[in-house]
Amino acid sequence: MSEAVQNSRLAHWYRSWEEQTESVTLAMWFFLVTEVMFFGGIFTAYLIYRAQNPEAFAAASHHLDIVMGGVNTAVLIGSSLTVVMSVWAAERGKQKALATWLFLTMLLGLTFLVIKYFEYSAKFEHNLVPGASFEFHDTRAGEHGYVDPSRARMFFHLYFFMTGLHALHMIIGLGIYGVLLFNTLKGKYSVRWHDPIPVAGLYWHFVDLVWIFLFPLLYLIGRH
Amino acid sequence: MNPGPGQKEQDMSSTAEHQTDAPPDYLNDGYGLRSWLLTTDHKRIAMLYLMSVTIFFMMGSFFAALIRAELVTPEGDLVTPDMYNRLFTMHGVIMVFLFLIPTIPAVFGNFFVPIMIGAKDLAMPRLNLASWYVFNVGAVLILYSIFAGGLDTGWTFYVPYSSSYSATNVVTAAVGIFIAGFASIMTGLNLMVTIHRMRAPGMTWFRLPLFVWANYATSIIILLGTPVVAITILMVGAERMFQLGIFDPAYGGDPILFQHLFWFYSHPAVYIMVLPAMGIQSELMAAFARKRIFGYRYVVYSSLGIAVLGFLVWGHHMYTSGQSAYAAAVFSILTMLVAVPSAVKTFNWTATLYRGSISFQTPMLYALAFMGLFLVGGLTGVMLGTLGIDVHVHDTYFVVAHFHYVMVGVTVSAFMGGLHYWWPKMTGRLYPSFPSKISAILVFLGFNLTFFPQFLLGFMGMPRRYHAYPVEDWQVLNVLSSAGATVLGVGFLLPAVYLTWSLFRGKRAPANPWGAVGLEWDIPSPPTKHNFEEDVVVTHEAYDYDARRDAIAAAAAAKQEADLV
Repeated sequence: MSEAVQNSRLAHWYRSWEEQTESVTLAMWFFLVTEVMFFGGIFTAYLIYRAQNPEAFAAASHHLDIVMGGVNTAVLIGSSLTVVMSVWAAERGKQKALATWLFLTMLLGLTFLVIKYFEYSAKFEHNLVPGASFEFHDTRAGEHGYVDPSRARMFFHLYFFMTGLHALHMIIGLGIYGVLLFNTLKGKYSVRWHDPIPVAGLYWHFVDLVWIFLFPLLYLIGRH
Repeated sequence: MNPGPGQKEQDMSSTAEHQTDAPPDYLNDGYGLRSWLLTTDHKRIAMLYLMSVTIFFMMGSFFAALIRAELVTPEGDLVTPDMYNRLFTMHGVIMVFLFLIPTIPAVFGNFFVPIMIGAKDLAMPRLNLASWYVFNVGAVLILYSIFAGGLDTGWTFYVPYSSSYSATNVVTAAVGIFIAGFASIMTGLNLMVTIHRMRAPGMTWFRLPLFVWANYATSIIILLGTPVVAITILMVGAERMFQLGIFDPAYGGDPILFQHLFWFYSHPAVYIMVLPAMGIQSELMAAFARKRIFGYRYVVYSSLGIAVLGFLVWGHHMYTSGQSAYAAAVFSILTMLVAVPSAVKTFNWTATLYRGSISFQTPMLYALAFMGLFLVGGLTGVMLGTLGIDVHVHDTYFVVAHFHYVMVGVTVSAFMGGLHYWWPKMTGRLYPSFPSKISAILVFLGFNLTFFPQFLLGFMGMPRRYHAYPVEDWQVLNVLSSAGATVLGVGFLLPAVYLTWSLFRGKRAPANPWGAVGLEWDIPSPPTKHNFEEDVVVTHEAYDYDARRDAIAAAAAAKQEADLV
């Protein structure tokens, strides 16, 4: 790609390359602050109800598939690695490696969603999706107190709302990475200008991080 | 805002006569609808926003007029009770979400923050344009919900009424507010990044004009608060559609949680409305007292202090909702703390006037009105923050009067003041001063006549949101209030007339019609597309009127000397 085209990547309202890179990076950080507050609202609701109904939430949590959840956690942590590698490749102008790492990131993201799909389907089969056909039985071994099915139903509501919101962010992330991959294959990025790669990486890491909080909150607490 | 094609050609030719090689101003840099709808120029986007919020302000005022008409008589004889519920909801939703929250950051912040810091544009111009579209999409959804059957939950959307019982378009309105919130976040994000990274060389943090600081503090609140109300409203929508059970006690939910989450945003939202207004106030005080703002740094800290404290006081909306007495007491003390930075500002503005050379131009009249109205609004806020008084006047007209003194008295006064202050810069036209002074006085008198009686009504026990009132004694005060609303309406209609007139027939504005100090006054009116033709280097602090006075004197002396020679 010619130097003139490369230089045109510096938008005219910025004084320097540094100002441009710093601005877009800072913008993503600020956006992530809003995301923290956004998820914060639903996390607050979850924590309050968990504290109010520990028994019912533990019983409901027992129905979640810890294997699928665990594998998904590993998949996402792996995708964070590929994201970091894509930034590494972009900084050194290794276009082929960049395309590969972006592709692998998308593949892992897709894997996560596929596993999530199977997890959701299993919930439908077992009538654990809140709605007319919702049925709840305490399947834990040993003696436990009475579990109010309506509170278990609330757990599943929160489960679907929170993981659904997270999955939506994953889907948006896949879209972003699709664009990045497309642009990489068209040779748009260079050592001089590749701001979208690390900026998108920040977003991807954040979405991973949300899952790192969701997994213990939904799957692990109260499990023996 | 957008003169007809003939007018533009005339502008073009007259500019061409004077300066042949100077770049055209931003209004003449490209014509036609397309050049406006696809613009990324922060100044044009500000103008687009100005048009949108003006329309919404008029709609909100229309509903207010109907409310005041209904309350002229004790009987509910003008509209049905259901219709009345819809009226005050429409008034509140439109005014809060489509006017008060976006207006100053998106219009004046958008237009002047980049200029004041010596930048060519906001950091992300396309995001800026997108925010205007997103805002309007949200607005269209809200308006759709209003005209396709209405909305009767009040602007607060309290559950479980909104989630389970109201038969009106809650989901559409909720989605609309959710989307409009995105626009707010986009603007806040953009302003924040711009202020952080795009200041001209020499423009240090403590050389920033206070309006820039005010927008910065506001953006912090927008970034931290708006997402919370977004998720809350999303949960209300989901609860309505899928019986989510987070807020509905029938499914084990807790309606009080909604109030916590809602007010966690909606109380700071009050500061989203007033902080930028206070920024305008600082600009006006300095410009029309010809003095540097007294205690500049403390005004900065007070803005940041309000932004922080604003997040710690939401519980004062819930004294009667059954929160613990300890929580209520803590919230009460924290609420009173907000009075400290607010008082710092008020005292500093007053001290700025001391020994200033004050001129009573129209913007200054609005600024002085602001001072009085904010004093009443702020002090009644302390009263309401006091537990004992609040329980007595909770949900009465006392509260209505209080928040109108703050929202209208502060935000709308500052909006009008800013509009009159910057209008010559934004449009390149001067407006006639006599009618504008009349309008400022009418707004001040009409406002007090409308809302002061409501304090009395509230103290006598008249509840808010009732469309009929049984006690005949209350009628006199209600009639006074409605009469005041009429005066207020005239006060707001006048500017619509003479400002529109000035667009076409107003005299051309010089670069600095007020003799004010600031980067925005060093460039032509209206500014060119890139604001500055040369790179800006800032060597002075904000409001250096003393230095400017010397410069003016020196220039006069030099001229005199030259004449002698």
